This record gives sequence, C-alpha cells and structure tokens, in this order.
Amino acid sequence: MGRYTARRLLQFIPVLFGTLFLLHYLQTLSIQFGGDPIASLFGDRQPPEATLNAISRVFGLDDPCLDQRGNPCLGMFVDRLANYARGDFGIDFNRQPITDLIFRALPITLRLTLIAVAFECVLGIVAGVLAAIGKDRFIDNFVRISTVFIISVPLFVLGVLIQIGAGLYLKPWLEGLGAPEWFTAAFSILYQSEHPWASLVVPGMVLGALSLGFIARLTRTSLIEILRADYVRTARAKGLPGSRVVGVHALRNALIPVITYIGIDIGALMGGALVTEGIFNIPGVGGLVFGAVQRKETPVVIAVVTLLTLVFLVTSLLVDLLYAVLDPRIRYE
Amino acid sequence: MSDPSAAAPTAPGQTPDSGRERSASLWADARRELVHNPVFVISTLMVLLIMSVAAFPTLFTNADPTFCQLAQAYEPPSDAHVFGTTVQGCDMYAHVIYGARPSIIIAVFVTAATTAIGVLTGLFAGYYGGFTDTIISRVTDVFLGLPFLLGAVVFLALLPDQNIWTVGIVLVALSWTSFTRITRGSVIAVKSQDYVEAARALGASSPSIIRRHILPNSLAPIIVLATLNLGLFVSAEATLTFLGVGLQIPDISWGITVSEGQLIAVGGGLPHLLIFPCAAVILTVMSFILMGDALRDALDPKGR
Repeated sequence: MGRYTARRLLQFIPVLFGTLFLLHYLQTLSIQFGGDPIASLFGDRQPPEATLNAISRVFGLDDPCLDQRGNPCLGMFVDRLANYARGDFGIDFNRQPITDLIFRALPITLRLTLIAVAFECVLGIVAGVLAAIGKDRFIDNFVRISTVFIISVPLFVLGVLIQIGAGLYLKPWLEGLGAPEWFTAAFSILYQSEHPWASLVVPGMVLGALSLGFIARLTRTSLIEILRADYVRTARAKGLPGSRVVGVHALRNALIPVITYIGIDIGALMGGALVTEGIFNIPGVGGLVFGAVQRKETPVVIAVVTLLTLVFLVTSLLVDLLYAVLDPRIRYE
Repeated sequence: MSDPSAAAPTAPGQTPDSGRERSASLWADARRELVHNPVFVISTLMVLLIMSVAAFPTLFTNADPTFCQLAQAYEPPSDAHVFGTTVQGCDMYAHVIYGARPSIIIAVFVTAATTAIGVLTGLFAGYYGGFTDTIISRVTDVFLGLPFLLGAVVFLALLPDQNIWTVGIVLVALSWTSFTRITRGSVIAVKSQDYVEAARALGASSPSIIRRHILPNSLAPIIVLATLNLGLFVSAEATLTFLGVGLQIPDISWGITVSEGQLIAVGGGLPHLLIFPCAAVILTVMSFILMGDALRDALDPKGR
C-alpha cells in the first residue's frame, strides 16, 4: 500500500503542473489569436490606450508575450503559480478578491452537489440492483431503456424542460391543492434564498440525472458479473437468504467500480453545476462562472476554472487511493 | 442476408456469407445481427434523416428562417406556423430544421479530427511502447485532468468572436484523448496475437503490419466510440451555445433557440418555445447514442 501511494503521489505532481500549464497555454493562445479580451470588453467605444493598459495590468494581462503568437509565456505562468500558491486568485471588475466570491458561493454549490450525489446514488444503485436481479425481465428492460433516454438528454435541455414542467404546471397544481409553502418552494423556477434546501431539490435532481443513468448501468453490469462468482454460489449453497447474498456478499464488491465512478464524476458534476446553476439562477460557484461568462469578466472565469481544476485533480487522486484501499488487487499490479 | 454485394471489410478473401450459418468474420456476424436489430435500424434511419435535414434543409421547409417579424413574436402553434414562432418572431419549424446543420457540421468535423489524431497517437503509443508510450500517455493524462465543459467554457469565453470553427477546434483540443486511450488499449491487445508474430517472422515491415493487421483488428471499439461521440458533440455544441460561448445570434442553432426562449417560456406560459428545439436536440443525440450502443453490442464478441 505504501509503495502504491508513493508511486501515485509521484505521478500526481507532473499531471498537476502539466494540467495547470495546459490551462495557461490554451488561454494565452486564445488571447494571442483572438485579441485582447480587455479591449473586446468595451466593444465599439474604446477607452484611451493608457486606460486599457492600466486595466490589463490590474488583471495581469499586460505581459508583452501575449502579443507573440505561439509564445508559451513561461514567465507569466511562473508568476501565476506563485500567486496561486499564496492563495491569490486575482480580483473581479468590482475589485473584490475572487477567493471571497468563491467562498461565499461554495456552500450553495456544496448543498446542490450533495443533493445530486445522494439522488443519483440512491436511485441509480436501486435501479441497477433491481435490473441485475431481474435480468432480461421487464424491470431490466425498463431500466436499460430509461437509462439510455436519460443519458441522451443534454443537461441544459433536461433543466429547461423540468423548469417549465415544475414551474408552469406542477407548482400551480400543488398550490391549488393547498400544499404548504416550504413544499411548493421545491418546484419554483428559480433559487430562493429563504428556502436554501427546498429550492435546490429539483436543480439537484437535474444535476444528478446524467450520472444516475451511468450509475444504474454500472451497478447492473458489475452485479451481474459478481452474481456468477464462486463465492456467491457458496453463500447460496450454505443456505443464506437471497437478500443477504445480494445485499451483503455481492453488492459490497459490486459497488467498488461505482464508488470510483462517483469520484471521477466530480468533473462532470462541476461542469453540470455551471449549466444547472445558470438555468435556475443559483448563486453558487457555477452561477459565478455563468454570470462572468455573460458579462465577459474573463479574470473571474480563469480563476474559478483554475480552482475547480485543482479540486478535480485532488479528488481524482483521493479516489484512486480509496480504490486501492477498497480493492486489494489494484495494489499489486 | 439479402445484400451480398457489401462484403465485410476485413475479410476480402472470403465469399459473402449468403447461405452459410456461421461466418468466421466479426464484421459479417455483426452485420447479420445489426440488420435484425430494430433499435439499430430505426436509429440509423433517424441518423440518415437528420443528416439529410442538415444537408438539404430546403427540402423540408419553404419558410425562410431569417424572415422574422417582431409583431408575430412567440405565437403558439397555428396553421401558418405549425410549431409557432420564436422569441424573435421567426418560424419555429424553419428554425428547428435549419438548426440541424451547424450541430451536424461541428459533430462530424470534431469526430473526424479527434479520430484521426487519437488513432495516430494511440497507434504510436500502443505499437512502439516504451518511451513514446510514456510521453503520449502522460500528455493524455494532462488533458484528462481538465474538466471538459469548464475547459471549453474558459477558452471560448476568452475569444472575442465565436463561430462553428472556434467551437469545433476547442472541442477537438479537449476530446481527442479518449480516442488515444481506446486505440492504445486495443493495439496493445492485438499486438501480442500470434498472427502478428507470424507476420513479423515472415519479414513484414512495421508499417505494413500496422496497416494490414493491427489497424483492421482494433477498429471495432474506435467505430463504436466515434458513433457515440457524434451524439455527445451535438450535445456539447448545443450546451456551449446555450451558455453563450458557442454560436452567436445571427447563426441559427438549437442552443440559441432554447436559451432565448428559456425565461419567456416559463414566465409567459409558452412551452412551445422550448419543447420543439429541445425535442430536436434529444432526438438527434439519442439516435447517435442508440446506434452506437447497438454497434457495441454487435461488435463485442464477449457480449454474445
């Protein structure tokens, strides 16, 4: 285990710097080939050259290498890394530190992600187990067809359709039935800060829907494979009830790939949060990026995406280590 | 089998399997299974329909999608406008039809480019191994470290103007690695087969081994991934456009129609603004994904 951890940590360092450099290099290429993002901010009414230069300097976009196409701007990269290491992610157009904005938005996104992960795990695993036990029967076909459908619907399409369904039809109907306000708040079309959990339920389910399909499929395949294993047959042969064989003996091993998937899924969830928070007007980290994109506030977009990439890389590392703890076979490869 | 003219690509020496029960070729087997699979037949017909809509939109509508009258904005479906009108007062049906083209162009371009890059790098990494493999694999690791949607948003947001090609290039830059991984894996599996050893012992050179043996035999997973990815790239284009970093307003795209209809549809009780463009996106993505799934089931001998 120690050797595996050490090797994995050593691999992590080049990937970390490599990814940060890639992020940096593709950005400089965008600026070198697309033109100054600060100048394009003003459109037709360009301010004087001195003003533009001053603004560029504040946001760290004044390096002359940004005018040389193809130049990787290594000096700028090193400066940026040093700033990140000090916890300095720059400021937005209102001169607020971007880290402050993120910390304010983070709890909302964490709540949203928690709802999404809980939803996709519970429903996905239950659907997968039912499909695996009833292989080739109605329930199995039902789960297979509905997961293909869920996987095929892009997140933003699902989001806007659920939004009209819930906001236009379901909520007025529930209100007509006299449902309490905390309950109907769950079906409102936009986020309401006075209902910090209830109004995140529907967006959270939308966010979890895509992975729900993958988790159900993954649970099904891996459980079907394990139900054929010798030790499951032994458990049945010694007379254990079917629920114990499936629930304890088989499921414990069948869920190992599912747990890794949930870890890998963090990247997709962060991208999905951008879409969901944009649609439901949720002031979380994704909503921050969504708003910054609409206002063309590039420094905010760059800083938040860099931070989220760091989160993603660290989570992937932790999941890999957890995988080795859960499945001893992986350590001896 | 009713079509003996379409011989299986990897078995040029064999006679087509018109009368025989069993065939040695994976492709002939897969073909027989696919023509009897209703899901594959229906999804292929859907894909052909969507492709022809994208290529010849004028065959499907006489209305001009750029003819818009604000006085007629967001009318519900009627005889004159079967799908109603958009937020800008254009014909919704014409917008749904013309919206297919940019999505399909981007999906086909990105799939072709990522397949070419991914297959080449995957072949090198898998066939030559060693140092080449280490370099290519570390580079793919670095690219996979970047969350797909976030990466695409940040680069497109930095560009002052976006069009089909900028969206396409960013998608290519962020998604070629999946092809590299899958090609590398199947090349490594094929490389250790006896027939490759035999070819080498007979004095075949590396390029000819790659061309005659490695590539045809590791093609199946690449074709499956390409089909699935066509659907995912349609979805990615629509998502990026919806977020405001993809195609921009004078262009016609399903993502734009959905994003401009979003708040008005909910606030004003006008669901047709969303239902028709959303249905177009869902049908397109689902056709490609169902086709890819059916191909995978047919081409994966372990699944039989």
